[in-house]
Amino acid sequence: MSDVSQPAAHPPVTDWVHDFDHTDPQWTEDPFPIWDELRAAGPVVHTERFLGCYMPTTYEAVREIANDSEHFSSRRIIVRDVRPEITSKNAAPPITSDPPVHKPAKQLLLPPFTPDAMKKLEPRVRAICNELIDGFITEDRLDAAERYTKHIPVRAIAHMLGIPEADSDLFIRWIHMILELGIKDENTLLQAVHEMSAYFSAHIEARKNKPTDDLISYLMNARDKEGNPLEDSHVLGSLRLLLIAGIDTTWSAIGSSLWHLARTPADRERLIAEPGLIPTAVEELLRAYSPVTMAREVVKETTVSGCPVKAGNMVLLSFPAANRDPKMFPDADKVVIDRRENRHAAFGLGIHRCVGSNLARMEMQVALEEWLKRIPDFALDPAGTVTWSQGTVRGPRQLPFLLGKAM
Amino acid sequence: MTERLRVHVDPDKCQGHARCKALAPELFELDEYGNAHEAGDGTVPPGLEDKAWLAKSNCPELAIDVIEE
Repeated sequence: MSDVSQPAAHPPVTDWVHDFDHTDPQWTEDPFPIWDELRAAGPVVHTERFLGCYMPTTYEAVREIANDSEHFSSRRIIVRDVRPEITSKNAAPPITSDPPVHKPAKQLLLPPFTPDAMKKLEPRVRAICNELIDGFITEDRLDAAERYTKHIPVRAIAHMLGIPEADSDLFIRWIHMILELGIKDENTLLQAVHEMSAYFSAHIEARKNKPTDDLISYLMNARDKEGNPLEDSHVLGSLRLLLIAGIDTTWSAIGSSLWHLARTPADRERLIAEPGLIPTAVEELLRAYSPVTMAREVVKETTVSGCPVKAGNMVLLSFPAANRDPKMFPDADKVVIDRRENRHAAFGLGIHRCVGSNLARMEMQVALEEWLKRIPDFALDPAGTVTWSQGTVRGPRQLPFLLGKAM
Repeated sequence: MTERLRVHVDPDKCQGHARCKALAPELFELDEYGNAHEAGDGTVPPGLEDKAWLAKSNCPELAIDVIEE
């Protein structure tokens, strides 16, 4: 394994409205006032960074773009410093696919992720959570990101794919290289993609002689409308997608939820007293701390909420910012854990709705239930520092907690 | 006398968020892809009116209609 180099620095932002940068440390640390400032400036703002990029700032503008695949392509879904030629039609289908090829690729992935399918996986996730808690229940301080939230989604998706849960650290490293370092460093991203492809190719080869009952074999056995098997590159691309999309997204969502509950004793106590409220609270935590920002590429000139948008630019499709739009959500800046009306866009809107949304919801619910059952008292450790991931997926990467009697 | 309600899912708008199924399991069903449709003819049995409105107000795709008959 080679070293993972540090990404190149961007100049600090002084004018957010005309020069925004979602990799700026200020955005990483506390993006909410920045989004309010951008929204006050207009429904769409632009930066010259990243070779030109727009950002819709309102829920409605985000919905318009998400529902318009004619002008906004998903062939590029991460806003980066570079925009290399697209050489593969199977980068990570269906997330990188546009109509008409999107729908069949998506339909292929949907059946293994229905709510009923997730019910079957739930006992394993509950066991994973408890195995992790067993490992630190007697301690009085810990990094909850490092010891708990980080491991739940990666083990669950490994379990579904049929790859060793013990390889988790490898997957987490690839994801860091692709989603964070890859924004500014092409070579690091390519290296991770190659390593992942080699890893999955070996698992595909092994299943050719000995099929298994898991998601890899499911994809290998899938047939298109004409009855043909998927190309190997399609299977590989979808496996890369499931691994990348299924891990630090939910890791972030669970982490942000615990971070909120550590700082908000009233919400914590209410959820302990009323565990039936946890699914509703999960939706509100998803709204308030949505981890995932996607992207589109403008392929045809158009307007969004009355603002002209030119081809050749990227679009930072910030579902997290949309979910803080006060026009859509009363008290948008507050966490209202029993919010009744909640059309949040944490899993996207339109045809690219997250395939794993049912998985993520189940993992969040189980992770919070098991934690609150066994660790009702916890708080942020004033001696530690909470750090947040940069860029495409936002969540706590260090979460120093005091537990129980240490508080 | 209270009005009767009927729910309807627009299949062209539904993207399978499955919020309706989670909030009002008696009123909605999911297909093999996880996309929703109303149970039966969509008639809301007495006592479940609140769940019908709740499902509508949590559908991110605005795919659910609650029709007052």
